[in-house]
Amino acid sequence: MRIAVTSALVATMMASTAMAGGHAGCADGKTLEEGVLTIATGNPAYYPWVLDDAPESGEGFEAAVAYAVAAEMGFKADAVKWVRTSFDEAIQPGAKDFDFNMQQYSITPEREMMIDFSEPYYSSAMAVLTTGAVVDGGAEATIASLKGLKWGAVATTTAVPMIAGLIAPDSDPLLYGDNTDVTAALQAGQIDAALFDLPTALYLSAVVVENGAILGQFPADRSEAPDQFGLLMEDGNALKECVDGALAALKDSGALAELEAQWLQQATGVPVIE
Amino acid sequence: MSGSETTAGGLSRRAAYEARQRKRALRVAAGSTAAVVLALVLLVPLAPGWEKVQRSFFNREVFAKTFPGLLEAFLTNIYIFAWCAPLIAVLGLVIALCRDVRAPALYPLRLFGAIYTDVFRGLPVILVIYLVGFGIPGLGLPRPWNSPYIWGSLALILVYAAYVAEIIRSGIDSIHGSQRAAAASLGLNEKDTMRFVVLPQAIRNVAPANMNMFIALQKDVALLSFIGPVEIFRQAGVYKSLMANFTPYVGAALIFLAVTIPATRYADYLMQKQRRART
Repeated sequence: MRIAVTSALVATMMASTAMAGGHAGCADGKTLEEGVLTIATGNPAYYPWVLDDAPESGEGFEAAVAYAVAAEMGFKADAVKWVRTSFDEAIQPGAKDFDFNMQQYSITPEREMMIDFSEPYYSSAMAVLTTGAVVDGGAEATIASLKGLKWGAVATTTAVPMIAGLIAPDSDPLLYGDNTDVTAALQAGQIDAALFDLPTALYLSAVVVENGAILGQFPADRSEAPDQFGLLMEDGNALKECVDGALAALKDSGALAELEAQWLQQATGVPVIE
Repeated sequence: MSGSETTAGGLSRRAAYEARQRKRALRVAAGSTAAVVLALVLLVPLAPGWEKVQRSFFNREVFAKTFPGLLEAFLTNIYIFAWCAPLIAVLGLVIALCRDVRAPALYPLRLFGAIYTDVFRGLPVILVIYLVGFGIPGLGLPRPWNSPYIWGSLALILVYAAYVAEIIRSGIDSIHGSQRAAAASLGLNEKDTMRFVVLPQAIRNVAPANMNMFIALQKDVALLSFIGPVEIFRQAGVYKSLMANFTPYVGAALIFLAVTIPATRYADYLMQKQRRART
């Protein structure tokens, strides 16, 4: 099944590349290395954004989108080069070693003052990751119930202001360096719940957290504190218009939605938090 | 007026010459410092990337927006330091005394002291913090006993006590054996010798070294942020990622410096005072 879907997708991708010939050539002379598109991702890159920490395979939502954008811009798969950066390396001043950086960067006006984002390629629902024990303890998918929980989050993510904005819990949240530390704290009972984007939360609850549970979600199309992912680029990067053009073409042709359905499909059936 | 010549100010010629030399040295030092500062201020902004660096690290707007939050978060550092420091001093002393036990029957204590310092001095602080801060609460302690503040602090105490114990032990070793012999001849038993003769001198000798440990501890409190507490370093990290700007770290550094520089100077002063007292 996977193979059939993938080959169908490759076919649509090739078709859309053929149609969107206007975008090919846009990137000429604007990439770091002529004829090569250098894309950065996290170290490690997490499921389901990149499968098996191997973006070269094109498997996983972000890896697949990266190759689709590259094809749209006229780069063959073997002209795509992957590098790894941390968040801090991505925002440091000075020359960057990537053309664009893709690791679930949320677009915010404050960040946009320092760096450039492409048009969004994904709108993320935010989900409440917790454990069965907390659910058994009476936690419900209501704001009133969520306020009473002890919260945790990854400090470098927009989940931090969202906890304050959407939930405003009674006690200050504890913050951690990465996903692993948050799940360790959840497991140790130091926090009751953590806020993640829905795909990450689903993965963590199913695979990483013992007795993990998703309490509910703030849907992607919420009006308050929306969370949209964009490709991060150096401030004033000339490539931005090409990337935006490629993303727009992928959205129009429905290819982006297909990739989302293929790689992030389980993201339904989670109760919405009122 | 015979004999030594004096100048108008009542100084000997030698003293006047030395005063002139001192003034000249001061002028040269001030001049060269000014030249270096001027060169930095004028030349660094000429670097092609300066504007970007300035926007990322020395952004006035971001600084003003984040500094109050950083100061507030620094209170957490102060609390953690305040309850860790005395416990480190006590545990460090106990471990040092363990290592100095001389009675053969108490050899296990000696062994414990040696193994303790070997292990905790040999481990990276951050590993101990993870292990104790996540591991022990993971055993199933109920709240609030699984708080990262408690176990993170314990991790700091364990590690720093090992260093302090070694410092105190070196202080104990620095007391000449004749002191113990003299105490024994006065009829003091071993316990009283340690308490009234050796330790008072030993601890005074190593006070400056311990002062340095506490300055280091003050900075390492920030490592507790790895297991959850939002102290100044973590707060700066949150601001950094929200604004994609490193200026909050500069703000945090200034706050750290405001505390550590006076503390270091005080340690220097103590050390100098001690040196003068000995000569």
